Amino acid sequence: MEKIYLIIALSPLIGALVAGLFGKQIGRAGAHWVTNIGVGISFILSLYAFYMHVWGGLPTYDATVYTWAATDAFHFDIGFMVDRLTVLMMVVVTGVSLMVHIYTIGYMADDPGYQRFFSYISLFTFSMLMLVMANNLLQLFFGWEAVGLVSYLLIGFWYKKETAIFANLKAFIVNRVGDFGFLLGIAAVLMYANTLDYATFFERLPALASVKVEYWPGVEWSLPTVIAILLFIGAMGKSAQVPLHVWLPDSMEGPTPISALIHAATMVTAGIFMVARFSPLFELSDAALSFIMVIGAITALFMGLLGIVQNDIKRVIAYSTLSQLGYMTVALGASAYSAAIFHLMTHAFFKALLFLAAGSVIIAMHHEQDIRKMGGLWKYMPVTFVTFLIGSLALIGFPGTSGFFSKDSIIMAVHASQLPGATFAYWAVLLGVFVTAFYTFRLFFLVFFGKERMDAHTRSHLHESPKVVTVPLILLSIPALLVGFFAIDPLLFSDFFEQAIVVMPGHDAMTHLREHYHGALAMMEHSLSSSVFWLAIAGVALSAVMYLLMPGTLPALFAKVFAWPKRILDGAYGFDDFNNAVFGGGSRLLGRGLWRIGDVRLIDGLMVNGTAGVIGATSMQWRKLQTGYLYHYAFVMILGLIGLMTWIVFLR
Amino acid sequence: MLPSSWPMLSLIVWLPIIAGIFVMWFGAGRASFARWFALASSVVVFLLSLALLPAFDTHTYAMQFVERVAWIPQFGIHYHLGVDGISLPLLILTTFTTVIVIVSAWEVIQEKAHQYLAAFLIMEGMMNGSFAALDAIVFYFFFEGMLIPMFVIIGIWGGPRRVYATIKFFLYTFLGSVFMLIALIYMYFKGGSFSILHMQQMPLTLTEQVLIFLAFFIAFAVKIPMWPVHTWLPDAHVEAPTGGSVILAAIMLKIGGYGFLRFSLPITPDASALLDSMIIAFSLIAIVYIGLVALVQNDMKKLVAYSSISHMGFVTLGMFVIFMIAANPLNIGGSGVRLALEGAMVQMISHGLISAAMFLSIGVLYDRLHSREISTYGGVVNTMPWFAAMVVVFAMANVGLPGTSGFVGEFMVILASFKANFWIALLAALTLIIGASYTLWMVKRVIFGDVQNEGVAKLKDVNKREAWMLGSLVVLIILVGIWPNPLLDLMHATIEHLAQQALTSKL
Repeated sequence: MEKIYLIIALSPLIGALVAGLFGKQIGRAGAHWVTNIGVGISFILSLYAFYMHVWGGLPTYDATVYTWAATDAFHFDIGFMVDRLTVLMMVVVTGVSLMVHIYTIGYMADDPGYQRFFSYISLFTFSMLMLVMANNLLQLFFGWEAVGLVSYLLIGFWYKKETAIFANLKAFIVNRVGDFGFLLGIAAVLMYANTLDYATFFERLPALASVKVEYWPGVEWSLPTVIAILLFIGAMGKSAQVPLHVWLPDSMEGPTPISALIHAATMVTAGIFMVARFSPLFELSDAALSFIMVIGAITALFMGLLGIVQNDIKRVIAYSTLSQLGYMTVALGASAYSAAIFHLMTHAFFKALLFLAAGSVIIAMHHEQDIRKMGGLWKYMPVTFVTFLIGSLALIGFPGTSGFFSKDSIIMAVHASQLPGATFAYWAVLLGVFVTAFYTFRLFFLVFFGKERMDAHTRSHLHESPKVVTVPLILLSIPALLVGFFAIDPLLFSDFFEQAIVVMPGHDAMTHLREHYHGALAMMEHSLSSSVFWLAIAGVALSAVMYLLMPGTLPALFAKVFAWPKRILDGAYGFDDFNNAVFGGGSRLLGRGLWRIGDVRLIDGLMVNGTAGVIGATSMQWRKLQTGYLYHYAFVMILGLIGLMTWIVFLR
Repeated sequence: MLPSSWPMLSLIVWLPIIAGIFVMWFGAGRASFARWFALASSVVVFLLSLALLPAFDTHTYAMQFVERVAWIPQFGIHYHLGVDGISLPLLILTTFTTVIVIVSAWEVIQEKAHQYLAAFLIMEGMMNGSFAALDAIVFYFFFEGMLIPMFVIIGIWGGPRRVYATIKFFLYTFLGSVFMLIALIYMYFKGGSFSILHMQQMPLTLTEQVLIFLAFFIAFAVKIPMWPVHTWLPDAHVEAPTGGSVILAAIMLKIGGYGFLRFSLPITPDASALLDSMIIAFSLIAIVYIGLVALVQNDMKKLVAYSSISHMGFVTLGMFVIFMIAANPLNIGGSGVRLALEGAMVQMISHGLISAAMFLSIGVLYDRLHSREISTYGGVVNTMPWFAAMVVVFAMANVGLPGTSGFVGEFMVILASFKANFWIALLAALTLIIGASYTLWMVKRVIFGDVQNEGVAKLKDVNKREAWMLGSLVVLIILVGIWPNPLLDLMHATIEHLAQQALTSKL
């Protein structure tokens, strides 16, 4: 299997290198073939690995590929750990990536940077695979930062757009704030466990569970809490949790396929994956779990609310991604890791679907993204319409769709959690259901129904997208619709993640769920009488009334009545303004102050030139004492040099 | 294989100097000949230094390829050369960088090209000499000697404020090293030998150690440079021609770091342990304060110069945090000392590659538009796509992205610092944010965006020579990033010995 894992990871890299370095020579078709084949191989072999691990009885694979650095008492390796959690991620990553690769052939058909784009997304696939397949924190961090790099390159793909190159800089720096915590977390692991390997670290964890550290006099922390929160700060950056979420909406400046692949389905879920991977650590700290749950709950509800006021089709979906990532995070906090991973998977499919369908709309609209200028598209693009509907239903958790099973499981798990903050989190995710349903169908109705608000020229050109675009939509809508129904039993209520995920007694929200679970059909039936379902229906109904029945009057009325809250939402709670003023402006001000006052005035002005003055005044005295010696010294040295050279050149 | 009887180190030290004198003598009016000859000799020296690698025994800390003859026996001065795991990588970095610098000057330097090339060759010999010297006076001779060609390079081929910059550069570094000379002479009088290895074993009282330490500290802190004696560097860089900046950043600063390893830690271990918090504080100030200063620079060279100072903070941090690591009762097993020292070494090598690459890239732009101002550019990627791609690699390396050499040293030093103290690691790790901010903000303003003006619109992408020059650095930076182990293997034995010397009290 070792070779198979290597091929899975490396074949996208080879595709990326060929398309990137020899793009001109192999041409556009060459670039898309080489990358599609690379990712295709990866996908097929991932399916095989999945099969072997789930049904073939293959044990967990954990081995070193090569030693990156052996120094001191430490071994830093590049190596793979493949268990069921990993193979699931591998299938999701390569599967969505393959769909996006195919879709890109159509979406980017006219773009001058065609080869470069394929090179980037294949490089991304490689990096993401390195991240999920890592068996140690070094390689995880490598993948972690590498996906960040590709995200940076892709957000700024259209480098002429000022907004795009602002967005990618912002994304990188905000992610770096998270990585700052993450790296300290890694350092803490090395400090106390003297290893970065997962397996060894987990073995040594019990001995560390009761260690207390005091980084501030008088304030004692439990070590697992410190490490867990530091690592989670990294996850907050990558998985865009409040307050490090600010980069994700802006990342929509990149081309749509990468919004689907990187900023919805895969990269942003890296933080979720990481926490699940480190469940043995997080389980040791109730404080960290509570923290995670509260952060997730805030993100789930308040980012969802922002989706309501967006008018850019991609930004609505972006805020929805933030909110859904919040749901996953809440699940992690409730120790329902399997539910989080389950939602990660279903979300990957339906959100990739939604983004790609939105992309199809954007192509039809000639790159117009404002939903106020759309409407009535259903009759022009039936495939996009139906697949978008499937994605929307999955997103709001309509019974039977994949999103229903995963989201309902999360809500139930949070309900069962006993940790501080669980009540708040429960209400937040519950309310979030209504919000999600409302903004999702607001978007849906505004785009596909109602008056056709686009200009005449655009309308005359409206048509369904080509097959390379619609086929991935159809392929993705199958798992978006069905994967939940079939996967819930094995993923949540069997021992699927037995070796990969550890849950402490006392955090047994999932056990509680299991007691109340009587099969997928029963769950659907039961949901019809649950508040979750009716909240979703209420959200859809409200948006139907506002945007289907009375689009002329109600939205305007609401905007007037709720003018004040709307202003807060329009300003996205002021995070950007605050960051720009305090961190952006503050650091520049500080830098300028340190430079002008510290360097120029104090060091150069006072010390250097001041010393020069003092020396000038006393130098006359000194010179009398010293010139003779220096001269003498220099003379001897020159003589020595000549002698030495003579010896080297002639005598030896 | 070269015969083992060859005086390899002498060849590596003196061949470039002789070649330099030759070029100066016979190159006048024959620029093409001067270029080819300089290139050929630098390549030969580079190959000679590479030839040391297979013969180098990585299992011993003992000096290798040793040459020792009496030079001024009356004063116990020997012509004594040798390399170990600390100096060998730096030596190879020097010979490699010189080749690159000579390539970088090819069509660029038209005025007195032979003298320019001669200065670099002579300087190469001096730098090799200071890395290979095992006698303090030989070291001092080369340490001071290399100032002269650099002085000339900035003074003749430099920018408009070159006189101010050269005087400042010269006085700063010269004043610094005078104290070192005093310390060396003191130790000679005490121990009767100028042998560095002898000095390392010499027993010294704490007072003596502190005074000697401070004398060395002034010399090396200026050279590396550390806050607050760093202000000569941005000025020198701004005025220096591209090649001068490259050598300055890639090699000369490293001699300061090398000095700490070769002199301060082993000769004055107790004083180092006593004053370590001062150096750690200066290093952290360099990382944070200087990083913030870099953020607001409008001149690309100044920005990279400040970035260099900030990165060198990791070198001094890694070297002096070891005492706190060893003393930390929570650090079970006491490991982390060698991690810190090797991290500092890797950071030096890596910074040599990255800073060279950054200054060469600025040079490529400067050759075309004769401006180093960020505001002159914007949208360079539109007209120079290959160049832009390589600059992004260098920028990412400067930011310390995993997979580039820039990551390795920072990662090792931050991880080791955590073993000393949480807050030191936290402050050092701020570079993740600050470094990314100043580097990528510059990249955004220079490389990305739409074409900002006619100058940028007329830019031509890198030619073959520039592509080879920058491309080789791309390859090395990535190679060290994905597989630093071979580089570390060279150092293990020496670093282990050094750690032992530094942590063993002389009192």
